[in-house]
Amino acid sequence: MTTTLDSGSVGIVTPRTVRFDQPLLLACGRELPDVELVYETYGELNPQRSNAILICHALSGHHHAAGYHHEDERKPGWWDECIGPGKPIDTRRFFVVSLNNIGGCHGSTGPTSINPETGKPWGPDFPPLRARDWVHSQARLADYLGIDCWAAVIGGSLGGMQAMRWSLEYPDRLKHCVVIAAAMKLSAQNLAFNELARQAIFSDPVFDDGNYIYRDEIPARGLALARMVGHVTYLSDEAMANKFGRELRAGSLEMGNEDDIEFQVQSYLRYQGSQFSSQFDANTYVLMTRALDYFDLAREYDNDPVKAFSHARCSFLVISFSTDWRFSPTRSQEIVDALIAADRPVTYAEIEADEGHDAFLMPIPRYLRTFSAYMQRVGGDD
Amino acid sequence: MRLDLTHIQRWIEPGSRVLDLGCGSGEFLETLQRERSVRGTGIEIDEDNINAAIARGLNIIEQNMDGGLANFRDQSFDTVVMAHALQAVHYPDKVLEEMLRIGRQCIVTFPNFGHWRCRLYLGTRGRMPVSKFMPHSWYDTPNIHFCTVRDFEALCSERNIRILARDFVGNTDREPLLATTWPNLFATTAIYHITR
Repeated sequence: MTTTLDSGSVGIVTPRTVRFDQPLLLACGRELPDVELVYETYGELNPQRSNAILICHALSGHHHAAGYHHEDERKPGWWDECIGPGKPIDTRRFFVVSLNNIGGCHGSTGPTSINPETGKPWGPDFPPLRARDWVHSQARLADYLGIDCWAAVIGGSLGGMQAMRWSLEYPDRLKHCVVIAAAMKLSAQNLAFNELARQAIFSDPVFDDGNYIYRDEIPARGLALARMVGHVTYLSDEAMANKFGRELRAGSLEMGNEDDIEFQVQSYLRYQGSQFSSQFDANTYVLMTRALDYFDLAREYDNDPVKAFSHARCSFLVISFSTDWRFSPTRSQEIVDALIAADRPVTYAEIEADEGHDAFLMPIPRYLRTFSAYMQRVGGDD
Repeated sequence: MRLDLTHIQRWIEPGSRVLDLGCGSGEFLETLQRERSVRGTGIEIDEDNINAAIARGLNIIEQNMDGGLANFRDQSFDTVVMAHALQAVHYPDKVLEEMLRIGRQCIVTFPNFGHWRCRLYLGTRGRMPVSKFMPHSWYDTPNIHFCTVRDFEALCSERNIRILARDFVGNTDREPLLATTWPNLFATTAIYHITR
């Protein structure tokens, strides 16, 4: 299938890798002896180097945010709805940088990389990460690309948390911070869902405390189940009703079905789970969910988000979605309230959408209009 | 720009922090930012208005005033403005109290239901007035809490709200003198600068 090169696509893109030999000191006190980051860029950096945008990915994301790696690639990058010519993050105006975070499993240094001290993959010994570790490694990438100050740092979900962390860690290195479907910290309910996902992985005997990596096996069942739990929380009741309802795959409601898969929604979840388990590393999933769990924007600012945001120097756009129950509009309003109290410039929109948390990836007309309208002010002389 | 909004500007300190409740497409806030260098925030619920205000480069918060304004801190703004929205909120008195809590000063404008045309319409036809300025029928109007100039002043006196200044806009160019002399009869729009 050749789906590339429509006018709204960035077209064929090629990931690049950069290696930093200097050790990276992590929040946990340990050091990564060297760091490799895989990234993609879309659009052109202007001579003033003032039009660069950093995309921060979410829990299971990676560097491939837009365009296609080759003409036959089935699906474009994960945020192709928002990145490209004429899209909210318009690559005719912006130079967009998207990377795979450290700890990931798509090419950047992570549990599947070789630990130079042992000559074997890091696996479960990979140091625990915090969002600020990602931000610090992203700042290295900015240095390498010659970007002193991002026109905007943008992210959805866990990506939005990194964007907020940027505004506090490097207040002079970004002009705008776009935080979509995020929160300043996880609720107990959120922690519980992440724990379910991890327990699903741990309960797979193949996982073996993460040592599967040394045996060329993958805990596919556990990882698939973890993804299924996650996936349910990313959708809304409305979205699932619209997509699947109570439809059977075969058989009848009277007789049931001899097949192991009865309802359409089961089939969908199993497909999502098995797809994911073949593409994602279980140690990375555990690592990423823990980083998400421990994210707490204001903890070191006396648990006062107003005090935290008083360190920020940029303007903010915050967006939430009406049926997102993983990071509900209330969580976004808390961000907005703290920003107003800290007298930081902020714009907030709550988008009516049926798609739940996943809405941030979807082409919802009002979402794209609002996002585009805000991006008009980004990259100017402000 | 609407006439009542040009009247308001002179009451707003250059460089101050302004909250505009029901800011519409942000025309007024944009003018204030341009001409008085205020740091402005607007609150709005209509999505087309919100997008228009974002496109103007303004800081806009999507929020329904009827859900309260508790998220804004005491005395955190120099001026809180509400133009032609008082009559459309569920609890005008509570919104006024909240405005006075959030802002050191407040500016409120509203259509005067005591205007002679309203009285004539109701008096002669016995039906709720419908006009160019109030185009809605009683059953589908967003304006659920109309009041007169005297009603508003009575509320201010009951609640110990201090009126710093008042201004009135008449129906036509011929009416400004009438509007300021007998506002309850001749003002179409009332403009109040208030504080606690």
